[in-house]
Amino acid sequence: MNVQATERPPAYTDLSVSLKIVTYLMLAMGAVVMVMPFAWMASTACKPPAELSTLPIRWIPQNPACIENLQQLYKTSPNFSRYMLNSAIMTVGRTLGQLVTCSLAAYGFARYPFPGRNVIFALCLGLLMVPFQAILIPEYLLLRQLGWLNSFAALIVPGAFSAFAMFLLRQAFLQIPLELEESAMIDGANPLQILRFITLPLSGPALAAFAVITVQAAWNDFLFPLVAANTPDTRVVTIGISLLQGERSTPWNLLMMGSFLATVPMLALFVMLQRYFIEGVAMSGIKG
Amino acid sequence: MPAMWNALLNQFGRTPLTRRKALWGMALVAPNVLGLMFFFGVPVLMAFATSLQQWNAVKPPVFVGLDNFSRLVGDAAFWQALGNTAKLLLLTVPAEIFLALNVAVMLNQRLRGRGFFRTVYFLPVVTSTVAAAIVWTWIFQPRYGLVGNLLAPVGLRDQPWLTRPDLVLFPIAAVTVWQRLGFDMVLFLAGLQAIPRVLYEAAIIDGAKGWQRFRFITLPLLSPTTFLVMVLSVINGFQIFDQVYIMTARTTRGGVGGSATTLSYFLYQSAFVQSEFGYASAVALVLFLITLGVTAVQLRMQRRWVYYEAGER
Repeated sequence: MNVQATERPPAYTDLSVSLKIVTYLMLAMGAVVMVMPFAWMASTACKPPAELSTLPIRWIPQNPACIENLQQLYKTSPNFSRYMLNSAIMTVGRTLGQLVTCSLAAYGFARYPFPGRNVIFALCLGLLMVPFQAILIPEYLLLRQLGWLNSFAALIVPGAFSAFAMFLLRQAFLQIPLELEESAMIDGANPLQILRFITLPLSGPALAAFAVITVQAAWNDFLFPLVAANTPDTRVVTIGISLLQGERSTPWNLLMMGSFLATVPMLALFVMLQRYFIEGVAMSGIKG
Repeated sequence: MPAMWNALLNQFGRTPLTRRKALWGMALVAPNVLGLMFFFGVPVLMAFATSLQQWNAVKPPVFVGLDNFSRLVGDAAFWQALGNTAKLLLLTVPAEIFLALNVAVMLNQRLRGRGFFRTVYFLPVVTSTVAAAIVWTWIFQPRYGLVGNLLAPVGLRDQPWLTRPDLVLFPIAAVTVWQRLGFDMVLFLAGLQAIPRVLYEAAIIDGAKGWQRFRFITLPLLSPTTFLVMVLSVINGFQIFDQVYIMTARTTRGGVGGSATTLSYFLYQSAFVQSEFGYASAVALVLFLITLGVTAVQLRMQRRWVYYEAGER
């Protein structure tokens, strides 16, 4: 599948005017449905409690209470900033960890033949077929054995390795002309130097795609942190908002404010780095 | 000794250069490979072992053979969870593929604002499922929720979507489709753009109408992508957990009478609520085997109906 192709002009001919109007209408209707939950979230996040139960429903709050709701959220969930910070630590830790382990491994598999290389590579890719839920329990037992439960080690270390990222980076590294690396080798550079100064700088788009996919997956991770690190000190933001949801008494405006705060970092990142997100997804399709 | 050492070294290559390369290769891949084997490979093996034990994680495990599996066969809650998962797949996968394919075909035209629409349709993909599910719980609240009020003209404003066992899977399917559509769309777009333009040009010269071009060029040439999207959606469908956990958190966890319990949620409940690690591992193994089985079946079907252009793959 051609990943870069997303930017190429479309393969169809021009549409007739009437067909064009129909297409626009359908796309617009779909877009409204896609955006509506975000609008409803933002609108509710700024409603004072009294306006949560008014009929007919209002999209624009009459007496906006964004700041008050934010304060109220912190009263209900005093550790909310801590949860956001924990999510950030987990996200950065996993991404940097994978960047190191997976780029080293990808480079090794791409350029340095050793006995058993293909078998080991296939074994790693085989792990991609295992659904995460299938190993959730042994993973938990393993971390418990290590004494890592409810620690940042549990949140970060297992997530610092990845077969998928390794595969993705290897594909990118294989595209780099061998001559560049060979000439550096003749100049006396060792493999680590070649990786650092030639291969990685030439793999910018693939690294960016890898980074956004990893960041997004880590920030939104829920089931694993729920099982492995669910204490006030190590809780991540997805668990933080799920706790609010579990309390029947939490009013919807605070829940929407919490969801909004948990969503905004990824939405902002996406809007800034869309191209890489979309390339990353197109590439992740390849693994199937 | 030196002879043995040399024999060992020769395993890695004949010349000093290939030997050095082999050593570097092993050193480079070691961190990730060892990490993967320890944190993912070992648990896979442990999963098999644990499924043969009775274990509440407090007392030492007891080997019980296949007892967990025979208990599973007789457990109505397990079959219910399996059934719910199947229903969710039926509710999500066809809808997802149909919608994503349509959006992708529309966005593959020469249109102003393609980039804008692509962004909008992709937004839910980057949203956390937990946050999305919370928002959709509110959307499906009876009386004051958005869906109820949109459906008020047909008298469904007070419909308790999340507490009626026969309705609860619809909100869960809705959030799943909403979140998955953009992902599938991107895969379809990449697939569409890989179809050579000349085919359409030739078809136009031969007088093929728009629908005919779609039916006889786009669909067959897109079938590898459609197939890929289907496999990924089904595999994803078997892992639906967050939505169930969140959307039933305020009422009855897992849905009234287990009506929203999926296979993954059943696994979580057995292990981390009821502390039956052995039994839950048996469920995990079933989940694993089903995923493998589905992939295998689809791989077989692929040969029948997927059309590959000559030379591809």
